[in-house]
Amino acid sequence: MANSIPPKVILKRVLRQLKGYGAEIALSVLFALITVAGNLLVPIFIGNAIDCIIAAGRVDFDKIYVYFALIGATVGVTAIAQWLLSFINNHITFSVVKNLRGQAFAHIQVLPLSYIDGHSYGDVVSRCIADVEQFADGLLLGFTQLFTGVLTILGTLVLMAIYNWIIALAVFFITPLSLFIARFISSRTYKLFKKTSAIRGEQTAFIEEMIGNLKVVKAFGREDENKSKFDDINGELTKASLSSIFYSSLTNPCTRFVNAIVYAAVALSGALTLIYPSVLPVAFGIGKLTTLLGYSNQYTKPFNEISEVITEFQNAIACAGRVYEFIDSPAQIPDSLGAATLENVNGNVEFCGVDFSYEEDKPLIKNLNIRAGAGKRIAIVGPTGCGKTTLINLLMRFYDPQSGSIMVDGKDTKEVTRKSLRKCYGMVLQDTWLKSGTVLENITMGKPSATREEAEQAARATFAHNFIIQLPNGYDTVIGEDGGNLSQGQKQLLCITRIMLCLPPMLILDEATSSIDTRTELKIQQAFRKLMEGRTSFIVAHRLSTIKEADLILAMKDGKILEQGTHEELMAKGGFYCNLYNSQFAS
Amino acid sequence: MKDLLKYLKNYKLQSVLAPLFKLLEASFELFIPLVVASVIDKINGFYGGAVSSGEATRYVLYMCLILVALGIVGLISAVSAQFFAAKAAVGFSKELRSDLFSKVQSLSYKDIDNLGTSAMITRMTSDVNQIQTGVNLVLRLFMRSPFIVFGAMIMAFVLNVTAGWVLAATIAVLFVVVFAIMIVTIPMYKKSQGYLDKVTASTRETLVGSRVVRAFCKEEEEIAENKRRNQRLYSAQKSVGAISALMNPLTYAIINVGIIALVYAGAIKVNTDPSFTQGQVVALYNYMSQILVELIKLANLIITVTKCFASADRVNEILVMQPSIIRGGAASPIPGAAFIEFDNVSMRYASGGACALENISFSVEKGQTIGVIGGTGSGKTTLVNLIPHFYDVCGGEVRINGVNVNSLSDEQLLSSCKIVPQHAVLFKGTIRDNLKWGNESATDDEIMEAVDCACAADVIGAKSGGLDEQVEQGGKNFSGGQRQRLTIARAMVGKPQILILDDSASALDYATDARLRKNLRTLDYSPTVFIVSQRTSSIRHADKILVLDSGRLVGVGTHDELLVTCGAYKEIYNLQYAGEGA
Repeated sequence: MANSIPPKVILKRVLRQLKGYGAEIALSVLFALITVAGNLLVPIFIGNAIDCIIAAGRVDFDKIYVYFALIGATVGVTAIAQWLLSFINNHITFSVVKNLRGQAFAHIQVLPLSYIDGHSYGDVVSRCIADVEQFADGLLLGFTQLFTGVLTILGTLVLMAIYNWIIALAVFFITPLSLFIARFISSRTYKLFKKTSAIRGEQTAFIEEMIGNLKVVKAFGREDENKSKFDDINGELTKASLSSIFYSSLTNPCTRFVNAIVYAAVALSGALTLIYPSVLPVAFGIGKLTTLLGYSNQYTKPFNEISEVITEFQNAIACAGRVYEFIDSPAQIPDSLGAATLENVNGNVEFCGVDFSYEEDKPLIKNLNIRAGAGKRIAIVGPTGCGKTTLINLLMRFYDPQSGSIMVDGKDTKEVTRKSLRKCYGMVLQDTWLKSGTVLENITMGKPSATREEAEQAARATFAHNFIIQLPNGYDTVIGEDGGNLSQGQKQLLCITRIMLCLPPMLILDEATSSIDTRTELKIQQAFRKLMEGRTSFIVAHRLSTIKEADLILAMKDGKILEQGTHEELMAKGGFYCNLYNSQFAS
Repeated sequence: MKDLLKYLKNYKLQSVLAPLFKLLEASFELFIPLVVASVIDKINGFYGGAVSSGEATRYVLYMCLILVALGIVGLISAVSAQFFAAKAAVGFSKELRSDLFSKVQSLSYKDIDNLGTSAMITRMTSDVNQIQTGVNLVLRLFMRSPFIVFGAMIMAFVLNVTAGWVLAATIAVLFVVVFAIMIVTIPMYKKSQGYLDKVTASTRETLVGSRVVRAFCKEEEEIAENKRRNQRLYSAQKSVGAISALMNPLTYAIINVGIIALVYAGAIKVNTDPSFTQGQVVALYNYMSQILVELIKLANLIITVTKCFASADRVNEILVMQPSIIRGGAASPIPGAAFIEFDNVSMRYASGGACALENISFSVEKGQTIGVIGGTGSGKTTLVNLIPHFYDVCGGEVRINGVNVNSLSDEQLLSSCKIVPQHAVLFKGTIRDNLKWGNESATDDEIMEAVDCACAADVIGAKSGGLDEQVEQGGKNFSGGQRQRLTIARAMVGKPQILILDDSASALDYATDARLRKNLRTLDYSPTVFIVSQRTSSIRHADKILVLDSGRLVGVGTHDELLVTCGAYKEIYNLQYAGEGA
């Protein structure tokens, strides 16, 4: 997706996010100053100490001790400041990021379902997690290295100029070389790395595809074809990674080379000014030369760091942009201010002239009218992909109709709070979703106040009790992400139990089509039947028995309701439903 | 790791040259402090009046040229070293990956089950990358870093023994501190990564389950729970940050304490020994500053190498595997024998485990349609997988045309027997590419014939590109039902004698399922068809139905026969047709 927020705006927002950390940032700047000052002072003291060592019998130990004490004290203070600097920067970054992550997560809960359905989970997750992390890395690096790096470079140049302006001049003119080389290498490697990672991605996709489905590959004897294709990609990858690895590994030697040049320049100009001291206003000695040589050793380091920080920071801004874009995506329309709470529902559901479509230019449902009396069973039938879930989406207000209204007990559902509406429905979908947590936690999801006895009672009623107690820790067994080791049928039984415990007045049930073994299937059917007693139920139906027993059948195709009526009425009509019935069930 | 070294065989020269050039670069670097020391001593000589200004200037110029020359030679050596190291590492991983891919492809179904596909994939991708990085770094650094660290120490010893000891002690202390911090923080980083994974998982979970979360009005609770997880992650990140932030200040302090000791030792030496000069003290100071960077690199290298070894072990585990199935040579059919025969067949997946199939016997005539039915885990898929010898039996024999499948060749089995797997997968490429898996030389007409028969014509018709329509990875741009029909067509393109549909019509609606079965009956090459299903409607017209229950064959016969003789079959049928019977 294109990044639509301009970088400047993003930067402003990042700064706004840092507003609450004024004190911390001030401290961070203070400690950075202390650190840089210390880093620059120590070589001076060392140089002064070395100046006290002239020749045999000409060593001024008293002065040396003073310098040692100064070095010790400076190093101590600098080290502590350095640690505090990192500590504060960590604190700022991680708090900002924690809040951002929390904000993004909270936003998921208020996003309209259309956003969630319209974006891949991977995309949203990567915005909430990976992008936020990347942003954190950039922010941290920016804090710790950008400021100190700039200060170090400036400080070094100033001190060099004070001590020996000739040296400073020499260094100043060689500096662009370092920048130029760093830029050349990084732009070059960036392209190469991008290419390499694209090819690597292709290879990984191929491996995932072919090795992930190795059984099919073997069943069709495609090993040789795959091998030759793999070797092609592998060859390309080898070529690309050779150049990207090689070019990226040039950074260190090149930096060292520039360092060597700077070093030689300092040595040369320093030594010459020692031999011809007349041009310098300040006394220059061997100790000072040592100091400056020490500086030049650490001089190129901040340069590399800064160019690294800038790339990283650009990246971080782009990531922050994606996160903000996500957080800014419009939330669902909140419940209207005076929205009533739906209570003591009987279960009369009515669709009055409902128009609905997912995309504006593709009308789906037009002027739909359904009347489901309290306690009635409504079966929704149709071939796969006929849009049965659309009805569920409307009933639960996961989506709102464009016009018309859906009434529960005569109240327009738009006028009541979503929460109270949803609490009136019990929903069991075919793609069962369980939370990672214990079995008990999952069962009591709809009624957290339920006791263990109540939960067990509900599980007995849905025939889930037997398999639950066979699990390693019974009701306290932790089930992993997406149901873990439970079979599809067992998961569905748990979802039914979840509803059985809170017993809402209306139900939405989705019968499973396949892949459930027969005994479990039998239990699920019995459980469904028990659950439906006396409740208005909407059932996405596949079983003949369910359909025949329904009070109202909605026959759907391509997202539209073609016919509605009882089994007998629709059979007599001899239309779509009749055909469907004959092809599915008549032998 | 030792076993993998053979992949460097073709890159012997590079593997030797890379560290050699690095060594060269490092030795040049060690000269620099000596050059500077001599410059300083020369200037001191000039101050003392022993040297003229002209001579001193010439000397300084000369020495600075040497410094630049050392830099250039160092650069050239380093660049060559990086090149050879990259070449060797990349070549190494290319050959390793290629071998690994061949090896994995040669594994049998049983080996695949044992290893698990995700393990195979990580070994081929991240483990090989890890090894490549390790090889590259080792070639580059295992000579350089120790050489500089210990070279600087030796140079210090040469200049002055006391100073040498100071340097040695500093190196030892630095080593301990750097490693201690790394050893403490690595598990902490892992833990914090674990917390991050949990936050990721819960974000994913709340997205996938957004409908249920909202249905139960659990939004606030989800947020609260996420807050807790987020807080844990934050604390973990902060504490590991606090400890790893010790690295810089501590090493900085240690180095400077070392410098104080060094200057002090130098001062005493200069004071008493006229042959020891100020320049040499400066040289010692310079050596001290060289070691820190290299020491940290060395510590990182050791950690990378440890990881690389672990990856190498995992990769090697696969490379030494022997495929557990040995296919036979070509064998000719025995006239008069049944087409397919299971003779008292038993099979178990893991030795010592429960039998997946037990004492199964039945025979099939050419051209018959066979239904296989039973609950989940009853052994239906296992049974059909034995026909093309995807698994070895542990008792009895599976025979095709009277020949034990163990003695049939790969070619014979796979060309005559096509399977439509339970999980409908398509591969990246065009629809045509995918369908040609069944028969590489099939013409478009032959392909379309199979497509029609598999009721997939409308799938292709719905796509603007027709047979040239691109299939995305995993067939994501097709629905489950579309994929299933295409995989059925894929198997039929080869006009196999044996066609196995392993629960492959589950996503089809009943009408399409019925049409498909009708088409299969009227095929001109009249294949023997195995239909595995959970639905009685899919198999009720089969010539023979096999009813499986927990790995045992509990009924064989036609639909009508089984309704009378087989309780298990009747139970399934009644369940699915309860409404009709009532």
